[in-house]
Amino acid sequence: MNWASAADFWAMGGYGFYVWGSYAAVVAVITIEIWLLKARRSSAVAEVKQETMRSAESAIKLR
Amino acid sequence: MTMSSVSVASSSRPGLFWFSSPQAFFPLAGKMTPWFFALAAVLAAFGLYIGFFVAPTDATQGEAYRIIFIHVPAAWMSMFLYLVMAFWAAIGLIMNTRMSSMMASAIAPTGALMTVLALVTGSLWGRPTWGTYWVWDARLTSELVLLFLYLGFLALQAAIDDPRRADKAGAVLALVGVINIPIIYFSVQWWNTLHQGSSVSLTRSPSMAATMLLGMLLLALAFWMYSIGTALHRVRSIVLEREKRAEWTRELMAQGRLK
Repeated sequence: MNWASAADFWAMGGYGFYVWGSYAAVVAVITIEIWLLKARRSSAVAEVKQETMRSAESAIKLR
Repeated sequence: MTMSSVSVASSSRPGLFWFSSPQAFFPLAGKMTPWFFALAAVLAAFGLYIGFFVAPTDATQGEAYRIIFIHVPAAWMSMFLYLVMAFWAAIGLIMNTRMSSMMASAIAPTGALMTVLALVTGSLWGRPTWGTYWVWDARLTSELVLLFLYLGFLALQAAIDDPRRADKAGAVLALVGVINIPIIYFSVQWWNTLHQGSSVSLTRSPSMAATMLLGMLLLALAFWMYSIGTALHRVRSIVLEREKRAEWTRELMAQGRLK
């Protein structure tokens, strides 16, 4: 076991800012990317929905 | 039979090019995506446990070295994803397969984010070990050029309205930029850099403790699986964007299978 206590763990031998800063950057990037993925998916689905409604409307007009 | 299904069902059995059709690849990618994210989470959990609780303190760098568990995987993925992106872009250019080009476009944002992570974690590692956040040496500069290549690819594709023309232009840029990958990789040998040489090599045994190496490799695998997951998720959105007027996407929508 490397750590005597939780405080010891968070201190990272005095390098806490750099170590946890790096891991925080990873968490931030993953959070941002997943948010971007979801946003892109919902706008893509909305575009398909729009096209579906448009084609349904034109089918009704043709009739 | 409708027009859109003719192109897919032209051969009775699924052959080599079956999944090069967006309509066939779309559901497959959807089934695979959660598995890759789950694998990434499991591998990351094991890797982080080994990295923080099993791997010993480094003799010269103390605990600061623990940045390696994410810095090296991010840096590897930044280069590897570029090669995969350029590969699919080239296939799209040569074989004229739309799905390949869409895959290249789907990889680019994840590659750019991996490059950002490699640069940020490297800078946070450089400060305590070298005494500086940034230095214009060959390794750091060529990695920054990689970020600009990804951003250039994304900006170029975003600027061209016709998707097939955007694919072609992006492919040319991606292929020209491939030259930067060996420059990044060998920069620590070719030039006198502040950045250390590689700790892991195919030709000699690694210059780090076995548990350190194991933690790093597990996280590298986790980053790899995550990247596949994000690329598959994004490529499905790209397929929908481009196929929104196709019969099959509207059918999926009508059946309530698009959410």
